[in-house]
Amino acid sequence: MPSESGAISRDEVAHLARLARLAVTETELDTFAGQLDVILGSVARVGEVAAEDIPPTSHAVPLENVFRPDELRPGLSQEQALSGAPAAEEGRFRVPRILGEEA
Amino acid sequence: MTAPALVDYADVVARYEPTLGLEVHVELSTNTKMFCGCATTFGAEPNTQVCPTCLGLPGSLPVVNRTAVESAIRIGLALNCSIAPWGRFARKNYFYPDMPKNFQTSQYDEPICVDGYMDVTLDDGEVVRVGIERAHMEEDTGKSLHVGGATGRIHGADYSLLDYNRAGVPLIEIVTRMIPGTGERAPEVARAYVTQLRDLIKSLGVSDVRMDQGSMRCDVNLSLSPAGSGVLGTRTETKNVNSLRSVERAVRYEMSRQAGVLDAGGEIVQETRHFEEQSGTTRAGRRKETSEDYRYFPEPDLVPIAPSESWVEELRGTLPEKPWERRARLQAEWGISDEELRDLVNAGAIDLISDTVAAGAPAGEARSWWVAYLAQQANARGVELAELPITPGQVARVIALVAAGDLNNKLARQVVDGVLAGEGEPDEVVESRGLTVVSDDGALIAAVDEALAAQPDVADKIRAGKVQAAGAIVGAVMKATRGQADAKRVRELIIERVGS
Repeated sequence: MPSESGAISRDEVAHLARLARLAVTETELDTFAGQLDVILGSVARVGEVAAEDIPPTSHAVPLENVFRPDELRPGLSQEQALSGAPAAEEGRFRVPRILGEEA
Repeated sequence: MTAPALVDYADVVARYEPTLGLEVHVELSTNTKMFCGCATTFGAEPNTQVCPTCLGLPGSLPVVNRTAVESAIRIGLALNCSIAPWGRFARKNYFYPDMPKNFQTSQYDEPICVDGYMDVTLDDGEVVRVGIERAHMEEDTGKSLHVGGATGRIHGADYSLLDYNRAGVPLIEIVTRMIPGTGERAPEVARAYVTQLRDLIKSLGVSDVRMDQGSMRCDVNLSLSPAGSGVLGTRTETKNVNSLRSVERAVRYEMSRQAGVLDAGGEIVQETRHFEEQSGTTRAGRRKETSEDYRYFPEPDLVPIAPSESWVEELRGTLPEKPWERRARLQAEWGISDEELRDLVNAGAIDLISDTVAAGAPAGEARSWWVAYLAQQANARGVELAELPITPGQVARVIALVAAGDLNNKLARQVVDGVLAGEGEPDEVVESRGLTVVSDDGALIAAVDEALAAQPDVADKIRAGKVQAAGAIVGAVMKATRGQADAKRVRELIIERVGS
């Protein structure tokens, strides 16, 4: 089903959902495709004011070559690192298995 | 569906032309990570080398490690690349838990090093020029441990455990151009390229390039086209190729497998495959996501890198002699054959011998110690030559003691044994074990006389001109002096005493 403004198709939403390992129902696909289309359509309006002579901006401030020396800085302890994790085991973050995939 | 049968290798190369591509990831041995000050030590307790930045916590900001950029530029220069005068990092977005940020900071269309080459020398001296498309900077991912399930692979695992110590460690990805026309030598070319690249990067001192520890990793891209067709086939990318030997095996296996699929009228699927070390085979992994799926965009949190010409030239000035040029020089200096040189390289003995020579030992002696007695000791202990607890300086000292006549070869080996056993410097071992050659002629003459008297028939033979019979007497004297006699001097004394 092509979307109204054509910014994103239902198939593209389904593809993104698969990449993100999100289980999205058929009904949700219709809803999200419609919503995302509106969002993308709004953002795309920025392009209308960008003239040919305005290069795309990735950085607001014209800075280059900001480096730090290769020196150790204290980080977090294991306990601190895991303190915000919903689940941890053996000093590691515990996450759900990834279905039907092999890394 | 069962997989089509593998095609015999000779048959593959008779009918198909392989095209190779190699992607090598090198972990830099900087003190700290690419974008934060966390340590990069291998094997630390999980999640003890992490901070808000590499854990992707809100409010944290990355800052580029200057040494990592310098290492990237030096690698590029050593590979004859041009250094981009300006470039940005990019976010590679994906949904795997191995990066807590949900993206990997990498470089996309603005890599720091482009358009280089390396001339790769095969065993028989043939040189293949491998084009380098790019070398770019990125960060390593965390390590996943899959729990439950029978195989330890993700499929069938109940859950995964993540250690982010490695997340953010500086990584350089070196990508070759397509390498066509290698024919039946494709596996050999792949191995030679990775070997030479490893040696080159090691010589720069920017990584320890240990494939067994994952600080150097290789992905093998391979496609087949029917011979003479000129049509490029679909490629597969084989990961988990963790040794030089595996590089060769993975290429060979993929050639046989793909030929089997094509012969059966099938199509090669563009996918990531995994090399199985045990069986030497590859198995299908996930379907490759296209680069669009990663939704790359310029990293707004990092400012562009614009290496000045003077900085690049300064770094060019720090490049050491290329390892293969150094080898050619040492080969000429040491006067050894190609085959001998290759043996030394394979044994990892070049640096050790060179350092031993630098410590004052003659090249021949240095070489013979490292490839003979010390190689045996390394073998017996199951370690690499360089891991033996003896330094080139200590070996040079032992050689000097032999040259001065203080030790004979047998005693010298005992001194080396002592050093290897942790008994201290060679001179300390000589002292504590009482290992000096008996050079007191009086004691030697007494032992010679005694041996001659004990074996009068041998004495008669020597007297009759059969000088080679003296060996039995030398043996007896060595035994009597518990090996601490100078065999050459003993032989001289025997001739003297028999004649008198």
